[in-house]
Amino acid sequence: MPVLTYSQALNEALREEMQADPRVFLMGEDIGHHGGVFRVTKDLIDTFGPERVRDTPISESAFVGLGIGSAMAGMRPVVELLFMDFALVAADQIVNQAAKMRYMSGGTLSVPMVIRAQQGGGRGNGAQHSQSFESWFAQIPGLITIAPSTPADAKGLLKSAIRAGNPVMFIEHKLLYSTKGEVPEGEHIVPIGKADVKRVGRDITIVSYSRTLLFALEAAEQLSRQGIEAEVIDLRTIEPLDMDTILESIRGTVRLLVVHESHTNCGLGAEIIARVYEQAPDTLITPARRLGAKHVPIPVAEALEDAVLPQVADIVKAVEEMM
Amino acid sequence: MPLSPNRLPDAYRQMLVIRKFEEAIRDLYMGGKIRGSFHPCVGQEASAVGACWALQKDDYMTCTYRGHGQALAKGLSVRAAMAEMLGKATGCSKGKGGSMHFTDPSVGLLGANAIVAAGLPLATGAALASQLQKQDHVALTFFGEGAVNQGVFFETLNLAVVWKLPVIFVCENNHYSEMTVSHETTSNSETYKRGESFGMPAVVVDGNDVEAMYAAVEAAAERARSGGGPTYIEAMTYRLWGHMMGDPEGYRAKEEVARAREVEPIVRLGKRLKELGYSQSDLDTLNAEAEAIIADALQFAQNSPAPKPAEAFTDVFA
Ligand SMILES: Cc1ncc(C[n+]2csc(CCOP(=O)(O)OP(=O)(O)O)c2C)c(N)n1
Repeated sequence: MPVLTYSQALNEALREEMQADPRVFLMGEDIGHHGGVFRVTKDLIDTFGPERVRDTPISESAFVGLGIGSAMAGMRPVVELLFMDFALVAADQIVNQAAKMRYMSGGTLSVPMVIRAQQGGGRGNGAQHSQSFESWFAQIPGLITIAPSTPADAKGLLKSAIRAGNPVMFIEHKLLYSTKGEVPEGEHIVPIGKADVKRVGRDITIVSYSRTLLFALEAAEQLSRQGIEAEVIDLRTIEPLDMDTILESIRGTVRLLVVHESHTNCGLGAEIIARVYEQAPDTLITPARRLGAKHVPIPVAEALEDAVLPQVADIVKAVEEMM
Repeated sequence: MPLSPNRLPDAYRQMLVIRKFEEAIRDLYMGGKIRGSFHPCVGQEASAVGACWALQKDDYMTCTYRGHGQALAKGLSVRAAMAEMLGKATGCSKGKGGSMHFTDPSVGLLGANAIVAAGLPLATGAALASQLQKQDHVALTFFGEGAVNQGVFFETLNLAVVWKLPVIFVCENNHYSEMTVSHETTSNSETYKRGESFGMPAVVVDGNDVEAMYAAVEAAAERARSGGGPTYIEAMTYRLWGHMMGDPEGYRAKEEVARAREVEPIVRLGKRLKELGYSQSDLDTLNAEAEAIIADALQFAQNSPAPKPAEAFTDVFA
């Protein structure tokens, strides 16, 4: 199987979907001749031309809105935001428009659109370029939210997202783009709403996604050397949430830790743990825990950013405390 | 009042400080000493210095991620700026803000901003405060020509005119927004016409000419202070380096950059000083002084401690 980077895998998904479906087109800043700041749209303009690979002005609200309008009129836009932080500039279009169109129209309109962007910290990009918004998107009925951690999942989920027929927030991570992995060629589809057990273990379930999923796997390796076997679940889709996979896992491990880079406060960890206590009240033998960013904006200096974002060592420590 | 010729040597030194600041950052960046982003303002020093020097110390200013020069020209300490770049506790934002968020209220700097066009309403709000408090501070906001396609740009220009606010909009038109030639994504790339269409005076200035910049901003500040409302200034300039470190610059020809180097602000002002009778050795002295300022700032920053991790949890609320 070919080994691709995360950005190459996304590029392959876009290329294949554009080849298969003439309704698919791209909009975003510097995605054309430059090929995207993170190279995800590299060379696509050569194959598909500037009509389908459209460089936009710095007008997020407008080009997200145009995406929505074009989707309602039969196109399948994939819109790139340079940083997920800029979703806030287009927040009205995403939340008040895209997410609600189908519902408000009694099902007569639909918005088959993907909004892709990278998010997250770890690179010292500062408070306005390092945020993680998935918990917040998951709060909005009408949005599907996806956050793959591996190149193969990135490809398979982007293909599904483009075909989903609904507005999708497709979350990439700036520090995942250069990670590599085997990626099936051609028609490789990963279903939306299906978590993946990335590591099997008997002692504790660690639920994560996106970049912290890699941290969880690394922590699991370290824990294994002390005889603690962690099962690591990659959510892959944030909304709709695959509770079945989580519940099945914790029936075996009876311990649960949720790890994410977005803020702990009102984060996805809170939601997952609340659902576990509602749906499987007597399963856990030790209180479930969550690890996320501390409740401050993301700082730049390394010592500060490391203190705010969850690290591998934090996961190891939390698990040790729970055993 | 134009910038007095007596002050031109100081302006030359100030522009060199900015240039050498960016060169030092580039070297640190290449050496892996700087995290995150760095958007150099090399080639745009004259508009920063001309504009800021036409303001008072307590006039307000907002700028962008490409605003190192603007912040320094407004009076931010070179030491504090350098320490912020290195993520040190002695940085102007204690290592929390970094390259894109230089701030120093003591010199009116209400922050650089990493969101394109976000600084316009903030400066205009400061102008509103000045009007409400019956003070005569003006506010100036720097932005690039890419910002004129943001909704908040239009919304702010309108309010500034309707409320006659003492604000100066300075568009530094360097022709490129990241890797895109701006006229390809902008319906009318003469951005001053947008200002004009809202009913405020709008001028185009040679942004590489520190004296012309000074004169334009001084006139706008005078007008704003006397209750005449906002002015739009489009400063034509050129970004000599890439958008950021690692920019392959495939979007422009080397010859174009070479031509721009011939008319860049520091070369320009050097020639002007010689016309005024200054010698090469006078210029060399100014250059050496600028170098010393940067060397001192570097030493200060390098010897400063990193912030303690606990510092990450302060400054969230008053
Ligand atoms: C709302 C928003 N969209 C996109 C970006 C990413 N971005 C950073 S700089 C830049 C180009 C801005 O160009 P211009 O306004 O001409 O200023 P310059 O960088 O040339 O100084 C872009 C698109 C951003 N920071 N904020």
